[in-house]
Amino acid sequence: MSRTTLSGAIGLAIALTIAVLVMLAPLIAPHGEAELVGEVWAPPSAEAWLGTDNLGRDLFSRLLYGGRITLLIALGSTLLAFAIGCALGFTAAIAGGWTDTMLARGVDAVMAIPTLIFALVLLSVLGTSMPVLIGTIACLASTRVFRLSRAVAGNIVTLDYFEAARLRGEGLGWLMAYEVLPNALPPLTAEFGLRLCANFLFIASLSFLGLGIQPPLADWGGMVRDNAAAISYGGLAPLIPAAAIGVFAIAINLVVDWSLALQSGQRDR
Amino acid sequence: MIRLAAQRIALGLLTLFLVSVLIFAGTEILPGDVATAVLGQSATPDAVEAIRRSLGLHDPAAVRYLNWLRAFLTGDVGTSLATGRPVGPDLWLRLTNTFFLAGTAAAIAVPLALILGITTAIFRDSLYDRLANILGLAAISLPEFFVGYLLILLLSVQLGWLPSLAMVSPEMSLAARLETIALPTITLVLAVLAYIMRMTRTAVLDVMSHPYIEMAVLKGVPPARLVLQHALPNALAPIIQVIAFNLAYLVVGVVLVEVVFVYPGIGQYLVDAVSKRDVTVVQACGLVFGVTYVGLNVLADILVIFVNPRLRYAR
Repeated sequence: MSRTTLSGAIGLAIALTIAVLVMLAPLIAPHGEAELVGEVWAPPSAEAWLGTDNLGRDLFSRLLYGGRITLLIALGSTLLAFAIGCALGFTAAIAGGWTDTMLARGVDAVMAIPTLIFALVLLSVLGTSMPVLIGTIACLASTRVFRLSRAVAGNIVTLDYFEAARLRGEGLGWLMAYEVLPNALPPLTAEFGLRLCANFLFIASLSFLGLGIQPPLADWGGMVRDNAAAISYGGLAPLIPAAAIGVFAIAINLVVDWSLALQSGQRDR
Repeated sequence: MIRLAAQRIALGLLTLFLVSVLIFAGTEILPGDVATAVLGQSATPDAVEAIRRSLGLHDPAAVRYLNWLRAFLTGDVGTSLATGRPVGPDLWLRLTNTFFLAGTAAAIAVPLALILGITTAIFRDSLYDRLANILGLAAISLPEFFVGYLLILLLSVQLGWLPSLAMVSPEMSLAARLETIALPTITLVLAVLAYIMRMTRTAVLDVMSHPYIEMAVLKGVPPARLVLQHALPNALAPIIQVIAFNLAYLVVGVVLVEVVFVYPGIGQYLVDAVSKRDVTVVQACGLVFGVTYVGLNVLADILVIFVNPRLRYAR
């Protein structure tokens, strides 16, 4: 077993364990999401395994509930980003000409603004409700998906089987779904992992800035923010959710490295 | 060559124009009325009307955009909706603070990353190389706020070496300012160091696989000279791109770091403005970030033309 395979398997195991644990949050969590169980920032005990947070809520339970929302938003926005990005990217590649030029230039302009800054500008007007968050993150992430899917589809549309389908008179939707998509899947799956990780860190960052998921709902970025003051008393409360974010991001990156190595046929690196 | 550079600058200016349109459109045309948003609960029809009139919201969007852009270009960035104070002086003070922090971090991170990247390429697959790579991967994946709080806990709370809050004021001496921003600087350095290091290593190793390097090895060039004189000049172009990309990232990553360390920079200013829905400030900050980001990328393009003679002639 090569090093990449081993680290990829470890990453997959960690990511899946975290995903299953947080999805089963209501069954596993010893306390409710907003239930007060003790003193503020109490040290770990039998009652609260990781201690309590800034209002005396159980940190472990909130970690489970918070992970569920954070992961669901990351997953939802990534799926939406791929739906938008692939649809536009394939359309640009198949249609070519003016459609292609306009779409590509438009996406270039959006990508010229740093993602976080553009998101903050949009959120200042639209507010921070859940659909707005998912939509904003998805739209910004779809620019990168657009670039990749357009490049991949650009190679496919020059091939003979695609030409044959076009000459048969198939419509745009059929061409995208049955000719381009199946052949574009391998590079897109690796990109899916990368985007998922980026969106996950992005929603965590927004919540940490107080502009993401709003209290009393728990989420990992927001928990770091809420408990930040504990650090000056030497408390670990803000570091626990921050570490959870880091561990999940590293696990996903390991899986992505693995799948990239599988695709390129490289054994090392 | 000057013509090519001028082309890049013209393209950059065009991009900036599009960026300004997007930022303006994002805050003005999207659903959600600025006037109602500012007033929130206290939105009586009269108050809303007054704000709309003072902001010129009755003009068509194109006219408002041109007025806004003209004012911005002449240095008038408007008045804050939340505090009623002019945005300009605050923005300028915070911008210099941010550039001070980001500049210090860049001055440390870039040379260090280049040294690490080149040495890991020379000692490829050694223990040192592997260790640097694993630590680099971890540093890339960890969010800035985790690193930031960890540093506060270790260096500030436990050991008491450095201040945890980065409160700077214009009166402070340079040494005092540098000590105050030590922790945010380390956090930023760690955020970009690993990326530049890994890309430098990859770029150098990529060039090392060329036949002319094999030729140099066969004629007995020592390893250090091989990397520095034969491989590095050809690897410079991708390295410059990566450095520019990371400096641009630094300008953005500074937002999170500023919030962690309560540093009075433009990032914190922007975040505060967003939560108060202070649209004038958001627009001004957004445009300033956009200008910095696009400017760094144009600069990198021009530098790449400079170091790579093959790019000087149009294809």
